[in-house]
Amino acid sequence: MVGEMHPDAALHKPMPDQTEATIVAEELTKTYQMGDVKVEALRGVSFSITSGEMVAIMGPSGSGKSTAMNLLGCLDVPTHGTYRLDGQNVSGLSEDALAAIRLRKVGFVFQAFNLLPRMSALEQVELPLMYAGASNRRGRALEALNIVGLANRVDHSPVELSGGEQQRVAIARALVSQPSLLLADEPTGNLDSRSAAEIMDVIETLNVERGITTILITHEAEVARRARRIINFRDGLIEKDEYI
Amino acid sequence: MTPADGLRMAVRALVANKLRTALTLLGMIIGVAAVITLMSVGAGVQASIEERIRSAGTNLLFVNPGANRNQFSGLRDRRSSVQTLTVQDTEAIKAANIPGITLVYPQRSMSGALLSSDGAVQAQVTGTTEAYADTTGVNLAEGAFFTNGDVSEKARVIVLGPTLAEDLFPDTNAVGATLRLDKQHFTVIGVVESDGGSSFMSRDNAAFIPLSALTTRVRPQKTSSGDDVVSQIVVQLVDEDEATIATVKQGIETLLLSRHDSAEQDFSIGSQADLIETVSEITGVMTVFLGSVAGISLLVGGIGIMNIMLVSVTERTREIGIRKAIGAKRRDIMSQFMIEAVAVSLGGGVVGALTGAGISWSVNKLGEVQQAAASVSGPSSGPGGPRSPFAGGLTTELTAEPIILALTVSIIIGLVFGIYPAARASRLSPIEALRYE
Repeated sequence: MVGEMHPDAALHKPMPDQTEATIVAEELTKTYQMGDVKVEALRGVSFSITSGEMVAIMGPSGSGKSTAMNLLGCLDVPTHGTYRLDGQNVSGLSEDALAAIRLRKVGFVFQAFNLLPRMSALEQVELPLMYAGASNRRGRALEALNIVGLANRVDHSPVELSGGEQQRVAIARALVSQPSLLLADEPTGNLDSRSAAEIMDVIETLNVERGITTILITHEAEVARRARRIINFRDGLIEKDEYI
Repeated sequence: MTPADGLRMAVRALVANKLRTALTLLGMIIGVAAVITLMSVGAGVQASIEERIRSAGTNLLFVNPGANRNQFSGLRDRRSSVQTLTVQDTEAIKAANIPGITLVYPQRSMSGALLSSDGAVQAQVTGTTEAYADTTGVNLAEGAFFTNGDVSEKARVIVLGPTLAEDLFPDTNAVGATLRLDKQHFTVIGVVESDGGSSFMSRDNAAFIPLSALTTRVRPQKTSSGDDVVSQIVVQLVDEDEATIATVKQGIETLLLSRHDSAEQDFSIGSQADLIETVSEITGVMTVFLGSVAGISLLVGGIGIMNIMLVSVTERTREIGIRKAIGAKRRDIMSQFMIEAVAVSLGGGVVGALTGAGISWSVNKLGEVQQAAASVSGPSSGPGGPRSPFAGGLTTELTAEPIILALTVSIIIGLVFGIYPAARASRLSPIEALRYE
């Protein structure tokens, strides 16, 4: 696969360095019990992602990429194997301990935006800071909205915002607590191509300028091309892991 | 997350579903208002009964025949078979000069047939002295109460309750007329003012004659030693101090024990305070009962809260998922829903308390208006005319107690009925919740 080199790619090291790895996954397996049937969503995957990398995870539905995202985003723990985020082993943690890690280290951007109804953009972005008990919530939220280019729409609620704008609010919300990992699950799936390109520009700029480790879960080659590394999942295993 | 954040989120969620919130609030409002109204009615009834007992004077002691301690010392004595007290006992108490006593008078009640040219009535006739009118504050609509002179002359005079006067002399003026009691002719010298008729300790159906006339002319009754039997000796004290009551009780007890020369105490002494205490106990139980009945509606209100919170949790599953993905802990979700439940229950409690206080106040006002109307129309309808079952209308008495109780109970209801939905919300798995459509 011949990928287009991003102009800023030269700023990053071409190969992941284990000592600087943000994410280290070793032999991750995840088994779900669906009634009488055991479903092996992940069957032992290992990879590491260096700090500041932008990686796309691809694969058809049922390939295990959503399960991988749940594990990487600390929404769930693996059945077997270990997962280290910023050097911290997440595998055996309680639900509240996982919530604390999500609060500090993980920012989510979802396909369906997942904003709360009837809340202004500013309040949406303040929400993680509220749960963290942070000070200067308003100032930090305004700054995050400014970064995604929504400084003039802070008082609008989701119904008053376009899809692209809603996704920008979601990115600002993910960004505001300065996470070490940005997880974007089909971030452009509900957007027209122009908004999609704009959103990808925002995500890419954040990755390049702020060095936030970014994982894109997608099945669109267009989106995946923005990343410098693509991990392909199939049947719960990594089929291909390559730099482009 | 600060409490202010929690409150802001709760208010936002409640405002988002205005109708639903209003209906849930209504459940609590009705419950709390009912509790406060009914408890204030109970307290009002208690206060009006106590007031009526007090109006007879709280500085009274009642000496009753019979050893068994009769708590209802102020009520008519039904144990006429026990004849241990006499007119001479009364004189002895007077003569003993026990400090603290201002007045002593005996009374004896009997049931007798009163016959006039126009009617015949079976009535409770009380023989007593002038002191009766002085101590218990008898107001006469017409004529006068008999005097000590009448008593010493064993005069055949009678004072009637308004209902009796109306029944016996429907067309003529009662005062000055004569009637027969046990074949003796009595002249009516006074008619008592009506006090509402059916209330506790009413005099509307009573008749009073000099005790001497009763014991000599109508129904002589003597002990083996030849003394005139009385059914009660009433002692008025200088004040209602417990110390005074105790000293006088002690003095009378010592005196009567030595006079009666019996091994056992054959009389009992009760005070108005004892009576009020007993009545308070009964009305207190009634008030609690009324409150509990209303409390059931409060419980129903609480179930309404739980119901609506469960619906709310299901509806907002996705919101809970989003909050959890962002980093909300179980405790954060839990307190969010708990605050919401308590906000509804306490909000309903406050509005309900205001409503209940308003109803209680209105009932009182209505009672006052009725009373005013009754006193205006009173003379024309005459004694014995139709009256409301409660003299002067239903009164309520609102104290801080039921309000504090109702508000505390509202908070507890919010906590109790909110905890299950809130716990359910907090236990949702973020992955499942995010997937929820």
